[in-house]
Amino acid sequence: MASEGALSRRAIRAAASAERGAGLNIRPAALADVPLVIALDEEVTGLAKPEYWRQTFDRFGGRGRGERFFLVAERQGRFEGFIVGEIRAWEFGSPPCGWIFAIQVRPKNRLRGVGTELYTALCECFRRAGVTSVRTMLARDNPTILSFFRSQGMMAGPFIELETTLL
Amino acid sequence: MKLQKATSFALFAVLELAADPGRQLAAADIAEKYGISLHHLAKVLRDLARAGIVESARGVGGGYRLAGNPKRLTLADVIELFEPIEKKEMTEEEATDVGRALRMVLDEIDEHALATFRSITLSTMLKIVAGRPWASALGEKRPKKRAARA
Repeated sequence: MASEGALSRRAIRAAASAERGAGLNIRPAALADVPLVIALDEEVTGLAKPEYWRQTFDRFGGRGRGERFFLVAERQGRFEGFIVGEIRAWEFGSPPCGWIFAIQVRPKNRLRGVGTELYTALCECFRRAGVTSVRTMLARDNPTILSFFRSQGMMAGPFIELETTLL
Repeated sequence: MKLQKATSFALFAVLELAADPGRQLAAADIAEKYGISLHHLAKVLRDLARAGIVESARGVGGGYRLAGNPKRLTLADVIELFEPIEKKEMTEEEATDVGRALRMVLDEIDEHALATFRSITLSTMLKIVAGRPWASALGEKRPKKRAARA
């Protein structure tokens, strides 16, 4: 896997600089985006998590960009959505793999390719960092997001998630 | 897991029609392509038409075409017309501890199956078909990926 720093900046810039789909621009998240991320997440999930998103930005928006990516989509300066992911290695015995653990698009602007462009840009970051597979975990009672990742070609992977209630 | 014959025929038909939503196809053409009974397929197509998933056109050059949106219609929408995929009700024989435990395991499998069928649209299925992910296992070359838009 390539080192952090120069690679990550180059990878993000390459994935993000191109204007995509009718004026859509994908770029690394900035501090000013955090309130917009918090608001969008609250709008979609009904749950405000400001501290979580601030910490996520601290971890993914700054250092460690070689393996951590926090990208936002904007059209004509208007915030349209975001995606967060990172490369993890050897957890659960898995070789290095890109993980997507958050993606949100403004509900009013869905089905216009924003999610696809965010996904494509993040996959390009992963690809340039040297990984060849990408993974995510989804609630099985959420067909909207499941359908989105299916439409990107994702299928069930080699792992099964198990959990139990601690009494 | 195995789908009933009628369900498979329905999926063959809707995917064939979804591949070119503006095109009309005769039941006989679909039956011939998949080597299936025309009589059985015709009955399946009538069920699909009643459900509003396909529509038929009479007369010369008539046939069937897709009536729904392939980006919205899921495998579950088609399968549920022909066989139940919801969780099964507990039967009397299962009303024991072992029976209930077995039901829990079977429900887990059913929930995964349901989530899978509900998340795969006809458009996504067509992408899987075009990508031929099974080709490498057969020693064949896979076609180059084309950019997809959601």
